[in-house]
Amino acid sequence: MKDNIVLQMKNIHKSFPGVRALQGVDFTLRKGEVHALMGENGAGKSTLIKVLTGVYSKDEGDIFLEGSAVAIHSPQDAQKVGISTVYQEITLCPNLSVAENMFIGRTSGMGQNWKKMNKDTEKILKSLDIPATATQQLETCSLAVQQMIAIARAVDMDCKVLILDEPTSSLDEQEVEKLFKLMRDLRSRGVGIVFVTHFLDQVYEICDRITVMRDGQLVGEFEIEKLPRVQLVSKMLGKELDDMSDIKGDQKAYEKKSGVAPVLEAKGRVSDAGIKPFDFHIDKGEVNGFTGLLGSGRSECVRALFGADRITGGTIKMNGKDVKIHKPLDAMKNGMAYLSEDRKGEGIVGDLSVRENIILAQQVLRGFFKPFSKAKQYEIADEYIKLLSIKTASADTPIKSLSGGNQQKVILARWLFTHPEYLILDEPTRGIDVGTKVDIQKLVLKLASEGMSVTFISSELDEMLRTCSRLVVMRDRKVVGELSGDDLNQSKVMSTIAGGDK
Amino acid sequence: MQKNEVKKSNDNFFMNIVRNQMFIPLLALAILALFNLIADPGFIKISIKENNMGNPVLSGFLITVLDSGSELAILAIGMTLVTAASGGQDISVGAAVAIAGSVLLRILRGAGTGNFGAMLLVAFLVSCIVAMLFGAFNGVLVAYFKIQPMIATLILYTAGRSIAAWINNNELPVISDPFLGYFGGFIPGIPIPTPFFIAIICVVVIFLVLKFTNLGLYTQTVGINENSARLNGLNPKMIKVISFVVLGLCVAVVGLIKVSRISTINYSVIAKDIEMDAILAVALGGNALGGGKFNMAASIFGAYVIQFLTQTLYKFKVSADALPAYKAVVVIVLVVISAPAVKEWMGNMTKKFKVKEVA
Repeated sequence: MKDNIVLQMKNIHKSFPGVRALQGVDFTLRKGEVHALMGENGAGKSTLIKVLTGVYSKDEGDIFLEGSAVAIHSPQDAQKVGISTVYQEITLCPNLSVAENMFIGRTSGMGQNWKKMNKDTEKILKSLDIPATATQQLETCSLAVQQMIAIARAVDMDCKVLILDEPTSSLDEQEVEKLFKLMRDLRSRGVGIVFVTHFLDQVYEICDRITVMRDGQLVGEFEIEKLPRVQLVSKMLGKELDDMSDIKGDQKAYEKKSGVAPVLEAKGRVSDAGIKPFDFHIDKGEVNGFTGLLGSGRSECVRALFGADRITGGTIKMNGKDVKIHKPLDAMKNGMAYLSEDRKGEGIVGDLSVRENIILAQQVLRGFFKPFSKAKQYEIADEYIKLLSIKTASADTPIKSLSGGNQQKVILARWLFTHPEYLILDEPTRGIDVGTKVDIQKLVLKLASEGMSVTFISSELDEMLRTCSRLVVMRDRKVVGELSGDDLNQSKVMSTIAGGDK
Repeated sequence: MQKNEVKKSNDNFFMNIVRNQMFIPLLALAILALFNLIADPGFIKISIKENNMGNPVLSGFLITVLDSGSELAILAIGMTLVTAASGGQDISVGAAVAIAGSVLLRILRGAGTGNFGAMLLVAFLVSCIVAMLFGAFNGVLVAYFKIQPMIATLILYTAGRSIAAWINNNELPVISDPFLGYFGGFIPGIPIPTPFFIAIICVVVIFLVLKFTNLGLYTQTVGINENSARLNGLNPKMIKVISFVVLGLCVAVVGLIKVSRISTINYSVIAKDIEMDAILAVALGGNALGGGKFNMAASIFGAYVIQFLTQTLYKFKVSADALPAYKAVVVIVLVVISAPAVKEWMGNMTKKFKVKEVA
C-alpha cells in the first residue's frame, strides 16, 4: 500500500502578512486515484496548490514525490518533477494550432520538425480520444476540448500528478461528461489527479477520496464511501452535526398576511450568468436568504432579480403589478436596492468622498438636472454617518481610506437613502469585524420590522439562521429547496445543501 | 512644547499647499515667470498699439498668452471630461478643428448678400453639430466598441484634415467681411482680444453646468469604477459618449476662433498639434490621465501655463518645429512626478527627513 503513494506533503506552513494561510497541512495522493480537495473560500486550497506548483514558496514542511524529497521553487521545477496543473482559465494560445499548443515551450533548439510534431500530436489526441485534429486552430475547438487539450499537454509531459483547478466551472453538462471520461482514462493509467471543485455532485461522481480543508487547516482525509454528503458539508462549514445547537427562538416568526400580493414575485427568472430559471417571492417585512455553497449561484440569482446581469427570461411582479426590470436603473425605480458582494469592484467609488458615495444612488434616481445642494449633501451624509456610526474623519474623506467595515456601512447608507421597498444584501458582512457584523444584522431586523423586505445572503450559516425567516437553498446553480419555520436549523439546511443520498 | 505645535501647524499649512491640485501649475508658472524676468524684464510690459483696422488695442507678451491660451483653455474643458470619463485622451482634436472650420467656411461661402451676422450664426451652429457628431463617433468607438481612446481617435486624427479639405473641394475660400474677424481678433473699441471673452463665457457655462447638473459626479463615478456606476443605475457608455460630444462642442468654438483669425483656412496647419497641448494642460492641472477625479479649474489654468511656456520658447527663437522637443521635457517631468513609484519614494524621503529632524 505504501509504495502506491505518489505525492506526499507533510506539515506545510505558509503565512502571508497578517494571515496564516496554511497551518501544518498534510496531503497524500496515491497512484491512479482522483482526489478531491474541498473547502470554502479562504480554506487554503489554492494556497496549497500554489505551494505544490512552486508559485509560492512554503515557509515550512516537506514534499515527497514517489518517496524522495523534492524542492520546488518555480512552476518549471514542478513540471520537471512531473507535477502539472490545468487551471480554470485556459492558459493556451487560442490563435495557434492544437499541435503548436501541445508543444509550445517544450522544444529544444531553433529547428522544429513540424511533421513529427503534428504526428505526435495526432497520436496523443487519438490515444486520449479527444475530438480534435493537430492542425486545427485551438479557438475553433469547444471550451471542453480546449480544456482536454490542456490536460493532454500536461499528461504528455510525463506527469505523475495532475492538478485540475476548477476545470468544470465553465463547461456544460455534456462537456463535463467528456472531461470525466478523460479523467477516468488517465486514472486507469496510474496518474494521480487532484480535483478542485465547488460542485458536490461532480465530487461524488468521479472522486475516490476527499481531503477537506478549513481556515488553513486540514480537517481530514476521507474515502468517498465513508463520507456522506451531509458530513462533507458540515466538515467544510465547520459544524459537527452532533453539537449543532438550535439558536433560533429569540426571533419572532414572520406572519404572512393573506390576500396581500407579495412585494416581489419572480417567475422563471434567468440571466446569462449560468443559473437555471428560478421562481422567487418575498412579502412585506420579510427577511429571507439564499444559501448554498460558494459558486452555487446564490449571488447570480439576486443579480438576476436586480437586473445586474443580462436578463434572458422570466417575469417580475411587484405588489401584484407586472414590471420590466432589465437594468439596475429599472430595479431602482421600482424600489429595489442591491448591495453587491464585491465591495471593492462593484460597490465603492474609491476616489470619491464618503458624502458623494452616500448620495450617489439617490442622486441618480433624482435625475441629471436635479443635483442635491452641497449643504443638503452634508446634511444627508452627516445623518447617515451618525445613524450607522460610520467611523470617518469627515464627510469629505475619500471612501477608499476607510476600513472595510466602514466602507460597507457607507454603501449600506447609500442604498438606505434610496428608501427601498426591497433591499438585497449580498454578503454584507464578508471581511468585516465582528462588531460591525452584529450591527448590520440588527439593522436588517429593524428595517424588516419597519416594513422593508430584505434578502440577506451570507457565507456564514448561523448568521443567516439568526436573521432570516425563510431560506432558499441552492446547489449547482439550481434552486433545490426552500426552508422555513421548524425546518430552519443547521442540520436541515446542510442536508438540503448536500442533497442526493443522506 | 508650544513651539512644537506651532511648527506642526506650519507643516500642515505647507503640506496643504503642496497637496493642492493648483500647486504644480502655479509652481510651473512661477518658474516660467522668473525665467522670463531674468532673461528679459520687459516681458511684463503691455503697450497700446493700433491694429491694422485702426483700433487701439493692448499688445505684449502677456496679451499674446491670454489670446492664444484661450483656445487651449476651451479645449481643455472638453479634454478634462473625456479624460475623466474614459480614462484616455482624444488626439483628433486638431483635425476636428479643421473640419469645424471648414464647415463654417463652406456655409459662409455659399451665403448670399443678406445679413452676414445671421449667416455666421447659422454657419457656426452647423459646425457645432458637425463637430459634435464627430465627437459622438469617437465616443461610440470608445464606449460601445471598447477601443482605447487614443487608438479610436487616431482614425479621425489621420483622416480629419483630408475630410476638412474635401468639404471645400480643397479650395481656400476667403471671407472678406470684417465681422468674422472680431472673434479671433478684437471688437472695435475693446482693447482686449475677443478669444479671452469667449473663453470666459465657456468657463462660466461649464461651471454652471457642473454646479446645476450631475455631470461632474457622473463622469467621475464612471471614470473611477464603471461597475459601481452601472449598479447605481448609470449608463457608463452613454456618459462616455456625452463627454466626447461636449469636447466636440469645444472644438467647434475653437474652429470659429481659428478661422476668424485669418478669415480663411489652411487645412494642414490649422490647430496643428493643439491636441498635445490640450492633453498637457489636463496633466499639468494635476488630473490623472487614467481617468476619475478631475479639477476643471486646474485644467483651464494649466492651459494658460502651457501657452505661457510656448510663447516663452518662441521668444527665445525656438522654431515651431523644435517646440515639441522642449515640451517633451515638461511632459517627462510631469509624468515622472505623478508616477506612483516616485510618489512612494518622495513619501519615504519626507519621512526620513522628519526622523532626522527629530533626532
